[in-house]
Amino acid sequence: MEQVWEKAYNFKEVMNKPERLAGGHRMCAGCGGTVTVRTVLRALEEGDRAVIGNATGCLEVSSFMYPYTAYEDSYIHNAFENAGATLSGVETAYRVLKKKGKIKENFKFITFGGDGGTYDIGFQSLSGAMERGHDMVYVCYDNGAYMNTGTQRSSATPQYADTTTTPAGKISTGKVQVRKDLAAIIAEHHVPYVGQSTFTANFKDLYTKAQKAIYTPGPAFLNVLSPCPRGWGYEPSDMMNICRLAVDTCYWTMFEVIDGKWVLNYEPKNKLPIEDFLRPQRRFKHLFKKENEELIPLFQAEVDKRWEELRNKCE
Amino acid sequence: MAIRERLSGNEAVAYAIKQINPDVMPAFPITPSTEIPQYMANYIANGEIDTEFIHVESEHSAMSATVGASAAGARAVTATSSCGMALMWEELYVAASNRLPIVLALVNRALSGPININADHSDSMGARDSGWIQIYAESNQEVYDNYIQAFPIAENKNVHLPVMVCQDGFITSHGVENIMLIEDDKVKEFVGEYKPEHYLLNADERIAIGPYAVSNYYMETKRGQRQAMLDARAVILEVAEKFEKMTGRKYGFFEEYRMDDAEYAIVIIGSAAGTCKASIEHIRNTTGKKVGLIKVRVFRPFPEEEIARALANVKAVAIMDRSEMFAGTSGPLGAEVRAAMYQAHAKAEVVNYFYGLGGRDITVSDFERVYENLEKMAETHTVIGMYDYIGLRK
Amino acid sequence: MAIHDKINEKSPWTDITEGNKIYEAATSRDFCTGEWRTSTPIWDDEKCRQCLLCAPVCPDSSIPVRKGERTDFDYKHCKGCGICAKVCPFGAIHMKEGKNEKIF
Repeated sequence: MEQVWEKAYNFKEVMNKPERLAGGHRMCAGCGGTVTVRTVLRALEEGDRAVIGNATGCLEVSSFMYPYTAYEDSYIHNAFENAGATLSGVETAYRVLKKKGKIKENFKFITFGGDGGTYDIGFQSLSGAMERGHDMVYVCYDNGAYMNTGTQRSSATPQYADTTTTPAGKISTGKVQVRKDLAAIIAEHHVPYVGQSTFTANFKDLYTKAQKAIYTPGPAFLNVLSPCPRGWGYEPSDMMNICRLAVDTCYWTMFEVIDGKWVLNYEPKNKLPIEDFLRPQRRFKHLFKKENEELIPLFQAEVDKRWEELRNKCE
Repeated sequence: MAIRERLSGNEAVAYAIKQINPDVMPAFPITPSTEIPQYMANYIANGEIDTEFIHVESEHSAMSATVGASAAGARAVTATSSCGMALMWEELYVAASNRLPIVLALVNRALSGPININADHSDSMGARDSGWIQIYAESNQEVYDNYIQAFPIAENKNVHLPVMVCQDGFITSHGVENIMLIEDDKVKEFVGEYKPEHYLLNADERIAIGPYAVSNYYMETKRGQRQAMLDARAVILEVAEKFEKMTGRKYGFFEEYRMDDAEYAIVIIGSAAGTCKASIEHIRNTTGKKVGLIKVRVFRPFPEEEIARALANVKAVAIMDRSEMFAGTSGPLGAEVRAAMYQAHAKAEVVNYFYGLGGRDITVSDFERVYENLEKMAETHTVIGMYDYIGLRK
Repeated sequence: MAIHDKINEKSPWTDITEGNKIYEAATSRDFCTGEWRTSTPIWDDEKCRQCLLCAPVCPDSSIPVRKGERTDFDYKHCKGCGICAKVCPFGAIHMKEGKNEKIF
């Protein structure tokens, strides 16, 4: 049987699908988070119903502010750290009610969490949900900090980033630690599908990964770099350029892990220096000061090391 | 015909769950409630029920998944104790404010620290403001009966609140007692099929649950929750009446034991009521003194007026708390019963005692001494040990 | 009927839905975020080649696609971030200073 993602990507057809995230939500102008949500939900087949879950965060407080829900599908927000467990309950209810003949429709289960709710406080709940094998998709819209509370560092925040809890100062150069590699950690749960992506011109990469995540039976995890103009400090209109620089510098890698097999989805023809990604962002401004000039080579070395590791896994 | 059995409190709850056959049960092991999910797992393993068990990785996830399942339209239950419920704390409030008719079997156990696995009420009493209905039991029979009644209470459309069915850790959870079980078909009929109106998996509507509600809406929302708790009062009594017709066993907000002519009364919750009753019989038989007991069954909603009425004619009252609240004054039951009596202009002398913390035994002679104190207080109009401990080494 | 005709900041507590549940989809459409704009995208349909690259980048779902073609902006919800104007390969979207009130 042909899988939905094996059909050739027809951008026009895909964009013609009905919108499943309505306007009127209160996310900031230029937010990458809702671009992730729209794209992932677009990957649902039109006849399929879905229940959307959501960890507390920018997305939740902005997309379901009583009495305004932005979702065309049924939706549940529970708390910050338990989107995985909450959707486990919903998905299990579905299985048992279907078994008892009380539900006829097909439902899919997709939950969204920011990196704070996913890498950090919701990590255990996510790990449990993935390990137990619920047929659900957990999507992390990763903007690299706790943006809802005003840009505090998370374990997804890149090293040296200036956040409100790792401020660059007279004796500080921003966040000390390097990013946690969550997609790899979830892959080690031996789930059938893990994908990491961000926005590309026609969104084929993210859309196709969302299709695979949704329509592969069992648990799936998507990690999507979702730029935050306020937290990163770039011009809101520059979102697509920032994403391009993230992948062309290999700061953000596009890969998937299908039944344990690592696949590299994008390799830049000309790998750009990391400065190109760092320079347009206020959070890295201090790295361009004379006294911090040794830091960018260190950042570059970390990017190179991870890139090599990923390439080796994918061979 | 009812079935005569000998079961522990945990097994009685598990047996009730089996008879009710709920849709989803997420649970995490913790002493002394662990046996409940174990029994459930066995029923499932042997095909005796078609409940889906979720092997969650924590109690926080247990309640989170229960919330998810209930919101999805399933009849969802869980069980826990002590620190397990403390880890659920945030979710207890979410379950109640989302108006989900979840039933939680709570096997009461002391909260850490120090870590202690024995009975007291610090877990459920700490959660008394979370918006859950709380029903307590003296015996295995009562916890079984309460558990079955919890569903028609929680699921009543005027209520839609979660219910915590509490029993004392080890004392009833592990103590084996004679019990009358109700036939499966009667339990099923009593509890009925679960038919939610609004839920995530409803084919006919889209629904959104769990919004961010600004201050323009929050207070009105809480008022709605209060109304559900107020309306629960009548429903609890209706369900009890229906239950009595089925089984002959009578339940209300509280049990009045030898209160008709009582001059000295104890107010207590849970298994220690049995010991108290033995002391009452002994005192009445040996001295003829008029001693009685109010055993609170329903702590939330709190039967304020009814308790004050029941205590209207006594001379002295001891309110017995099996948990501290570190106000430096009373325990939770003490504070609420005293407030009820004050409002009713009761004339009795009142003391508040702490007992049984972390599983400390309380004996018949302990209760006899409490009644002796009450008698002295009534004579001298002086309170003896306003906030004292029973059974504390001094 | 818009959702705020049923539930709003003047509603008595008895009108607030049980558990704050909303029994409808996409009620946010009734909420105008277009008022936030400080600059406004203007679509030139003569320059537009209907490549649709602008449609998926909109954080506010404000570039409706009908029958495979984009239509004019949904100005009720567009916040004027300008991402669409930057991705257009044909210069068919330009940003105009201000909220551009006429389009309400």
